[in-house]
Parts: sequence; C-alpha cells; structure tokens
Amino acid sequence: MKHKQLLDLDSQENQNIGAMEIKENGEEEQQIVNPWKVEAKEGGKIDYDKLIDQFGCQRINQSLVKRVRRLTSRAPHVFLRRDIFFAHRDFNEILDAYERGEKFYLYTGRGPSSEALHLGHLIPFMFTKYLQDAFKVPLVIQLTDDEKCMWKNLTVEESQRLARENAKDIIACGFDITRTFIFSDFDYVGGAFYKNMVKVGKCVTYNKVVGIFGFTGEDHIGKVSFPPVQAVPSFPSSFPHLFSGQDNLRCLIPCAIDQDPYFRMTRDVAPRIGYHKPALIESLFFPALQGETGKMSASDPNSAIYVTDSAKDIKSKINKFAFSGGQDTIEKHRELGADLEVDIPYKYLKFFLDDDIELAYIGKEYGAGRMLTGEVKQRLIQVLTEIVERHRRARAAVTDEMVDAFMAVRPLPNMFD
Amino acid sequence: MGLSKEHLLARLKELQIDFSQYDHPVVLTVEAQAKYVGHLGGGLSKNLFLKDKKSRFYIVSALADTKVDLKVLSVRLGLGKGGLRMAPEESLGEILQVPLGCVTPLSLVNESACNVSLLLDQKFKSQEFCFFHPLSNDMSISLTTNGLDKFLKSIKRDPSYVDLEANPSVGKDQPPDLASLVPSSSVVLADPPETAASSKDCTENTVSVGNKSTKSTVSTSKPSINAKKAQDKPANITDVGKMVDDLLDSTSLLVLKEITEENIKEHGEELGELLSKKIKNQLAAELHNTIMIFKNTAYTEGFHAGMHCHPKRS
Repeated sequence: MKHKQLLDLDSQENQNIGAMEIKENGEEEQQIVNPWKVEAKEGGKIDYDKLIDQFGCQRINQSLVKRVRRLTSRAPHVFLRRDIFFAHRDFNEILDAYERGEKFYLYTGRGPSSEALHLGHLIPFMFTKYLQDAFKVPLVIQLTDDEKCMWKNLTVEESQRLARENAKDIIACGFDITRTFIFSDFDYVGGAFYKNMVKVGKCVTYNKVVGIFGFTGEDHIGKVSFPPVQAVPSFPSSFPHLFSGQDNLRCLIPCAIDQDPYFRMTRDVAPRIGYHKPALIESLFFPALQGETGKMSASDPNSAIYVTDSAKDIKSKINKFAFSGGQDTIEKHRELGADLEVDIPYKYLKFFLDDDIELAYIGKEYGAGRMLTGEVKQRLIQVLTEIVERHRRARAAVTDEMVDAFMAVRPLPNMFD
Repeated sequence: MGLSKEHLLARLKELQIDFSQYDHPVVLTVEAQAKYVGHLGGGLSKNLFLKDKKSRFYIVSALADTKVDLKVLSVRLGLGKGGLRMAPEESLGEILQVPLGCVTPLSLVNESACNVSLLLDQKFKSQEFCFFHPLSNDMSISLTTNGLDKFLKSIKRDPSYVDLEANPSVGKDQPPDLASLVPSSSVVLADPPETAASSKDCTENTVSVGNKSTKSTVSTSKPSINAKKAQDKPANITDVGKMVDDLLDSTSLLVLKEITEENIKEHGEELGELLSKKIKNQLAAELHNTIMIFKNTAYTEGFHAGMHCHPKRS
C-alpha cells in the first residue's frame, strides 16, 4: 500500500496538520505513520510527542486516568496507568456524557489477513475488554474480510475463513457475549449499514480519499470505495438491531495510533450527516522482539510471540531474539546498568506485568546494573507464558457454535446493565 | 526418487539442527536398533505407517514403550472402529520412499508424502533426544523435539504432539479429538505427467493440513497432567458442580499455602485480612476468565437451543 502524506486541507482538524507537514518538509526527514506504514526517522524511535502534535490529538494525562478510576470504581487498566494507551480524541466528552448517565458503545476491529495472531494484535482487544467490563457498555467488532480479500488478494472464501478463525482468538480475550456483536463485512454489509456507507461516501471526494489513503490510478475501484465500510460502524444507526432509536449514542474507538488518519476522515464526515463524532483512545506501537527499530512481520515468526507458541517457543524466542539493553559484559553492566529505553524485555514487562511495585523494582535494579538481563528475561518468560496459556485455554473453549452466537444478528437486551 | 540420506543430513545441517549420527548394520526392528544405540540414553522411536479405508495415510511415531492401540486411534481420528490398518509394504516405497523397517517422520520431506498425516508421541518431549532413521536403516540420528519441529516446519508441516495412550470417550457430544489430523485428501499415486498437478495439490493441502494441525496443536498441547484443563468441552465447562469444586480448590490451595507457622508468627491476627487481600488479588483475574468462559458457553448453548426450537403447539 503506497504511502502519501495527508494533503487534505479542507476540514478543520486537518488544517493544522497540513500546515505543520509543509513546514516540517522544509526541515529534516519526518517519521511516517499511517494505517499501512509505520517508520521512525532514520533508524531512531518513533517520537510520540511529535506525532500527537502532528495529528492534533490529545495526550492522556494522569488526571484523566484518575477520573476513569473514579467513574469506574476500579483500578485503571495497566495500559492506562503506563501510558500505553496514551492519546485520545474527545475521551473527555465521553466521560462527561457518562457522568450524566449517557452511555456509549465501543467499536474496534481486525483485518483478518493471517491465521497467526501475536501478542501485539491482542493489545487493543485486551484494552477493549477492560473498557467493556469497567464501563459496562456494548461492543461491536468488525472483521474486514472484504478489505483483506482486496488488499491481500485472498479469495472470498479464504478471507471469510480467516475472519472466523480470528474471531475465535478475539472471543478468547474474554468478551461478554451478552454485550458483544461480532460481524464480518461479507456477512453484514447491507440494509441500514449500507445506507450509512452511501451517506459517508457522498461526503468524501475522490481527491480527498486519494490524499488520505494514497490511491493511484492503478488501484482498483474496490479499494477506493472501501473506506466508508470502516467508517460507518462509528454510527449507531448502522446497527438497527442493537441501537434502534438511539441515534444520539456516542461511540468510542480503541485503536493503535496509526489508525488516526483514517478516523479523521470519519470525524470530518460525522457532523455533516447528523451524527456525533466518534471518540478515539489510542495506543503506542508494540515493539518487535528485535527492538523498536525492528518491524514486527507476519512472515518472520521470530519477531513476535504468537498465541500458538508453546512454552518452549516463548522461552527460546525471548532468550534468543529479545533485544537487550544490558551491557556487553557483567562488569560493564554492574557499572552502567541497562538502557531501559531500548531494552525489549523491560518494555514487554511494562505492557504485561500487572504489578506496579514489582515493575518499578525491576526498573530500578536493572537500570542500576544490579539485576542482569537473564533475570529480567526469565521473569518475562513467566509472565508471557501465563498469558499465552490462559489465552489458549480460553481459545480451546470457543466452539463454532459460540462464534455463530457472537456473530448472530440478535438483540442484546442487557447491553448496558 | 526420494531424498537420499546424505541430502537429508545436509539439509539438517543447513537448518542448523543439532543431531548426532550413528552408523550400524541394517536394522529392521526397534529391538535390533536398540542393540546399537539403546545405551546412549534418549528414546528410541517406533514408527508405524498406517492407512485408512479411504486410502489416507498416517505416520504414528512414538516412544518404543508407548502403547499404541490402533482401534482407539481409529476412533479418535473419527474413522470409526477398525478404520486403521498397517499400510501395505508397497506403499512404503511408493509414498514414503524409504525401505522396509525404515518408517520415519523425516520421510515427509519427500513430495510423495505430502498428504501423509503425522502423529507424534507427546512423550517425545520428555526425552532429552530421540532416535530416528534418516531415510535409511543403516543409520540412526538423535534429534531433540525442537530439532524435529524445526525440520518439520521447514517442510511446511506443523508438528502435532498427541497423547497416544489417552482413550477419551467419543460420542455425540464429544467429537473425535484427533479428527483434524486426518488428511484432507487421499494420496494420488500419479504418473510423471500428473505429478505436477498433484504437487500443486500438495501445496494447497499442505496449507490446509497445516491449518488443521494448528488447530489440533491448540487443543492437544494442554497439559494432560492437569486433568481439570484436559477436557474443556462445553459439557464440562458448564458443569456447575465441577466449576464450584475447581474454584474452591484453587482458593483452598492458596489459603493453605499461606497459613504457615512463619506467617502466623509474623502477622498474627492480621493474617486473616492479609490473606483475604491476597486471595482477591491473585485469584480475581483467573476467576473472571473462568466465569466469562462459563457465561459465554451457557449463552451459546441456550442460543443454539433457541435456534432449533420447535414452534409451540397450540
């Protein structure tokens, strides 16, 4: 998928971005972040502060996290506490409405391009499950089998099959069937959903969509007409069997920050067709085993931990491939300590070790050189093995009937209880 | 013709798979093999080449002392009783391209064997290394399960480890647990012009066999030692009595673990409160997961029943 910078200058939100990019182009080479490409500047790390500036979204600060704790009466999720979900758009409005007694619904999704899911794929789902439980709200999950059929040139049948397989791993994350609707585009597009697609389509010019997604004259028309498919789940009227009569219901979309340019288009269109803009809550990228500058790739099984990895695999992958920020020799390490900025085992623990106190301890000891890389890796292996094993157990309990039930177009009477 | 022993060994070296090789006179049985390599530790493998009624082939590779009951395996594969037989001698040469007495998982490297399903004994994993014939019976090589897995993955096979001695009940509500290991198509013993077509089939089938193996790896890699987790079938998941027992067991275990002389001395009266906190912290997540699985399974059963409900007679 070719990359093109965001050129659209029409909509308000996009105006600032356009100006900023033109200015920056005069200076050094930029980092590139969009739904199809994530690249840091010249072998460095992604500068998230710059990204937030560039995109025009907001940082999540500690007072927002405290507010979430107060409203949900429970500890905020690890990802919130540790700045992993770190940016948002209109999350405050969602919380304001929630405090007034107005609920919202969650929308997230997956492009089923491969059977093998790795831990990075699970992160938005783990966070979404937390949001569902903490706020007691319903969730729609979109499986874009049509998108993958088009972009990855899969057959219709294969993309549908992958969608169902991925659905099982998604269900294994622990979503509540009484508040969750999973759907695949091939199954669901039509009716009210399609009506909204047309409404959205009418609001986005060809030039604009080329500017956002980088389409060229060689790209087929299937691709060009796809964007509305991913936009309309943000609007409650797309799901008449769930939200009929609730056109005012707000939507919150947990996703990785590379999706932001995409939902900017949706937010631009929403008020023009009489809907609330969907709110976003965005995460950092999950680093590859080989380090921040490495890329996690489905074709390299050693760049990530997969949910099908055995305990042995996990142990071997972490020991062999996890990029260490420790020093070359023990003496040097005891003297200088580990570089926590680049150390992958420590970063992974930040994502997956629940205990704040233990993590702080490891950070302190490892950073001072008193703890060795081997010990940190060992702890990480324990943590990951537990997660993968729990996922596997849950996955084994997912039957085809359960997938059918999650994907059935059925009412969810208790979805806000 | 099939790959030669030398080529296979070269391939293993290329893949950086550690192995040791032992030359010996030609052996046709595990007992004979034991005379030459039985004293080296590790496990000897016995390898069965099997065929079902629909001309689908299987290699079952097990530790020499694992009991393999073909009748049980047949049912577990969904082939009914007596659906598995030893494959005829000619098929050894035609499909696996190895001589008599030389059945080995490594023979799957040959294209002709692309539709042969492989069942590996879970007990291999408990051995430091195991012995296999490298396409010829005048040599045995020792491989770790990691090495074997690496080799299998390099020929696009998913290693499926199975508890070969298990005998789970198979019935209406308990589908055959090894059904996904049945090859998706029967082997076509083709003439050269058709080989091109069947190798194309091989790639597609390899993909689907791989996919099925992935699914079976998911279900068979549960530790069978822990009986609680071994059978996560809907009937077991929604068994209220069982769930209550399991949950209370976990809690009791934790409580008993923490009530030690040391702890009583250290915390005295506060031990109760401390324990209570600990239970909540440590068990909350696990309980939540278990109960969510319970909820979703119960809902699914109800949903399914509702979908197949007959209209009321009035």
